[in-house]
Amino acid sequence: MTMQDTATSTWTGKTVPRKEDDRLLKAQGEFGDDTPIAHLGHVVFVRSPYAHARILDIDVSAAESLPGYLGCLLPDEVDVLTDGFMELQPAPADAEVDKCLAAGGKVRFVGEPVVAVAGTSRQAARDVAATVVVDYEPLPHVVDARRAVEPEAPQVHDEIGSNVAWDGVYDWGDIDAALKSADHVIEVDELHFHRFSSTPLECSVVTVSYDAGIDTFNLIGGCAMPQITTLMMAAAMRHPAEKIRIVSKDFGGSFGVKIGMYVPATAVALLSRKLGRPMRWTETRTEHHWMGGHGNERWFHNVKMAVTSEGRVLGLSYDALDDVGAYTRYEPLGAVIWTQVANACYQLQHLKVHYRSIYTNKGPVHPNRGYSRLQHMWLVERMMDIAAHRLGFDPVQFRLQNYVQPEQYPYETVNGCVYDSGNLPLSLEKALDLIEYDDARRLQRESAGTGKRIGIGIGSTLDSGTNNFGQARLINQFLPFSGNTEGGLVRMGVDGSVYTVTGGVAFGQGHETTVAQVVADMLGLTPDEIITHRGSDSALSAQTGFSGSYASQFAVTGIGAILNATRKLVREIQLVAASILGATPEEIVLEGGHALVLGDPERALPFAAVAGIVHFSPADLPAEVADEVGLVGRAVYRAPFEIPDLERKRGNLTLTYASQIHACVLEIDEETGEVKILRYGMVDDCGTPINPMIIQGQVHGATVHGISAALFEHFAYDDDGQLLAANFYDYHAATALDLPSLRYDSVVSPSPFTPIGAKGMGEGGGAPLHAIAAAIQDAVGGDGGVVLESFNPPERILGLLNGGTESTVRVLR
Amino acid sequence: MTQPQDEMLPISVTVDGRLETGQVSSRTLLVHWLRDDLDKRGPKIGCDTGNCGACTIRWDGLLVKSCMVLAAQADDTRVETAASLAHDDGSLNDLQACFKEHHGLQCGYCTSGMLMTATDLLESGEEITEHSVRRGLKGNICRCTGYENIVRAVRAAAGHDVEKPHGAAEEVAS
Ligand code: FES
Ligand code: FES
Repeated sequence: MTMQDTATSTWTGKTVPRKEDDRLLKAQGEFGDDTPIAHLGHVVFVRSPYAHARILDIDVSAAESLPGYLGCLLPDEVDVLTDGFMELQPAPADAEVDKCLAAGGKVRFVGEPVVAVAGTSRQAARDVAATVVVDYEPLPHVVDARRAVEPEAPQVHDEIGSNVAWDGVYDWGDIDAALKSADHVIEVDELHFHRFSSTPLECSVVTVSYDAGIDTFNLIGGCAMPQITTLMMAAAMRHPAEKIRIVSKDFGGSFGVKIGMYVPATAVALLSRKLGRPMRWTETRTEHHWMGGHGNERWFHNVKMAVTSEGRVLGLSYDALDDVGAYTRYEPLGAVIWTQVANACYQLQHLKVHYRSIYTNKGPVHPNRGYSRLQHMWLVERMMDIAAHRLGFDPVQFRLQNYVQPEQYPYETVNGCVYDSGNLPLSLEKALDLIEYDDARRLQRESAGTGKRIGIGIGSTLDSGTNNFGQARLINQFLPFSGNTEGGLVRMGVDGSVYTVTGGVAFGQGHETTVAQVVADMLGLTPDEIITHRGSDSALSAQTGFSGSYASQFAVTGIGAILNATRKLVREIQLVAASILGATPEEIVLEGGHALVLGDPERALPFAAVAGIVHFSPADLPAEVADEVGLVGRAVYRAPFEIPDLERKRGNLTLTYASQIHACVLEIDEETGEVKILRYGMVDDCGTPINPMIIQGQVHGATVHGISAALFEHFAYDDDGQLLAANFYDYHAATALDLPSLRYDSVVSPSPFTPIGAKGMGEGGGAPLHAIAAAIQDAVGGDGGVVLESFNPPERILGLLNGGTESTVRVLR
Repeated sequence: MTQPQDEMLPISVTVDGRLETGQVSSRTLLVHWLRDDLDKRGPKIGCDTGNCGACTIRWDGLLVKSCMVLAAQADDTRVETAASLAHDDGSLNDLQACFKEHHGLQCGYCTSGMLMTATDLLESGEEITEHSVRRGLKGNICRCTGYENIVRAVRAAAGHDVEKPHGAAEEVAS
């Protein structure tokens, strides 16, 4: 079947319109809150108004007389019914107790659920929630990770003894020697990567029907990581995982952050069982901003970079404080995930990072598009830019010279990761063409003295995909994780129609379409003829433990599993057709809905006949064929990984590295500090494409998330620990009018390590954050301040124009 | 806390060309009545504050966010949701077909609202330019597409010759 596996086939690699679109365009999709359920109860959480407080008393008595009141769930009940959710960090922070309602008699962030109430309607549930009285004793709180590590700081989790969730040093190469001997050393006291999230337009929705007859929880709602969610819930509720079924249908975005849904889902499940009725929780926008998952906020201190006189960057060192908020829900995996891209795009030889994950009284962080890697890559890219400006190197040449070069692939990083393929210089060249670089420089010169300043910036970044879960052992040697798999299932129904289901859970990435493309090629059908399962269903046996959509992997793992599953089905069809047509299985080819004998197309069996014989007339088949064939191909794809070297913190942590090189031209109004993006170019390289249109769409989406984060979006907290952006007024997600038209180009460097040369993509690596910071720096010029923040609203730009960061940025040599 | 007393009001509304009647509480939002009582899946809820536009419908010909209207206010009016846009035989109308061709949707959650806003813009008689489309859509948030392909789809529906999705040109040639 090798011929049918290649990317030169009829459908794979082509821009094919999406199978998902018709239902979504006709308002016939089924999102979390759409599913009609009889006898449905609605859940509302009563949440903490304090950043940190002791719960003195909870009074729900007023609720009991309200019409439509069904019941409630209290922290004391949760304490009895559940164990704390599984924690990933080692001692002492493994003492953290995280439950679906505030644990240990305390609340730890504004918006933390304290009581769950149920009513017969949305309104009834809200009315009930409004009557619940919780008596709090406010406690001192901490919302700044830099303060949280001070000895006298308030403790978020009393049982741990400090606010440090994880603490470790990564030391590859010999940065001390490099800093001692390098011609140039740049030192920066502090840089800051701010808090934001992709804030999917559909907030979380969880519907749980507990079926008492079979003691099973049936969940419906977008779930990005179904088996891990099942495991978290099963362990906490002491309930068999196989008696928890999770079904996702249409899914209005996750971008990583919905990985934390197991927490509220547990409360909804407990209420459904307690009240004997299906229950739905429809998260509000404000709830989502409080607790739906923020991206990691990170402080970088004592940053030092060593550079030679010819402009070669040797390496860098820094101390990181990663603010994970009040609970470690996927954390502290962020403490190791960034090391997938330790080198960023560059030939670094030395890197030393002291990394600490810090609890604060803020909403918990969850993985968010570009998870943990974009923070590190922003830092490296920012330092590259600062070094170029301060040492007088041309920013384009400086990057070109330090990029990993095309002939160096596969390229091993300082920590043993293997960059599979790429062509960064060509990508940069194309990105500069997209923004008409020379012309942009001309515009910049002409703008001098007009009150507007023009800046040009480059963002170089990688999108590492397909995790080796063995990296979890680098943060806790006892975690029983390694490698990575995904599942897929392809079957032929009783009439010969073909049905596929993948372990991945799409929320807009077009998995139904790309699956249909590759399966169509292998079966000799068209994508229209392939019936693709919408969403996911844990009861369909397509999933593995790692199944889901996160960490840029579907094109490798999801498609790999579907290819393997289809291969099994093809083999079965060949066996059946061969025995009926009197040929060998190897002589059977699949074309136009028939199994036919190669070179003798008269001898053919339609798929309907193949299915009819297997399903209804097995006596027509030789026993050994009938015994083997069920017309269900179920397979896994296993990514080829080994367990990392825990001692030296080395190993191959991800299989593929897509790259994104962005370039932008922006204009700053000197009077207002307003930024206007004039031109924006993106060059993507994610190996062999499966559907170029879908890739381009992912690049657009990731780009706008990054632009919006750099200029508009900030989950800021005030001194009282109140979130200042708990709705879309205060959290400005970019609109169409805020954005320039986007210019796209691509480079194709097939991955040598994956089934069809494709690489995972979609997260994008946060390139706009790098490019915009660099462009602002370019516009501000040598007489102004240095861009040390990833978030640059107008007031900060005005500050930069006035200078003032000199003392914190030093060229030592 | 006193027990809320909800006045129940009878309403009859023509929704997507069909007369629908019901009893609603005086504080029920139109979006909730359409979704919960009629299973109309066009209007979606993406915020609590009228910012996102996912719930956009036409109300007696006027473009509105249905989370900003009480169901009781809709008595004796006409409501059109995105479910009314396709042709009677179920095929996509021009605008929908342009969204599909130009990949103007990913998760699809904003799509119904976008379609209603774009329909209104295209019928408004306003000159269609890239800028007027961006301005027209600014009350609708999309978190997936970056708007680029939505803007292209709307312009294509207005008859503009816009760039095709990456890789599509080769398809046409082959
Ligand atoms: S739900 Fe109506 S504007 Fe957001
Ligand atoms: S397509 Fe997902 S929000 Fe627009």
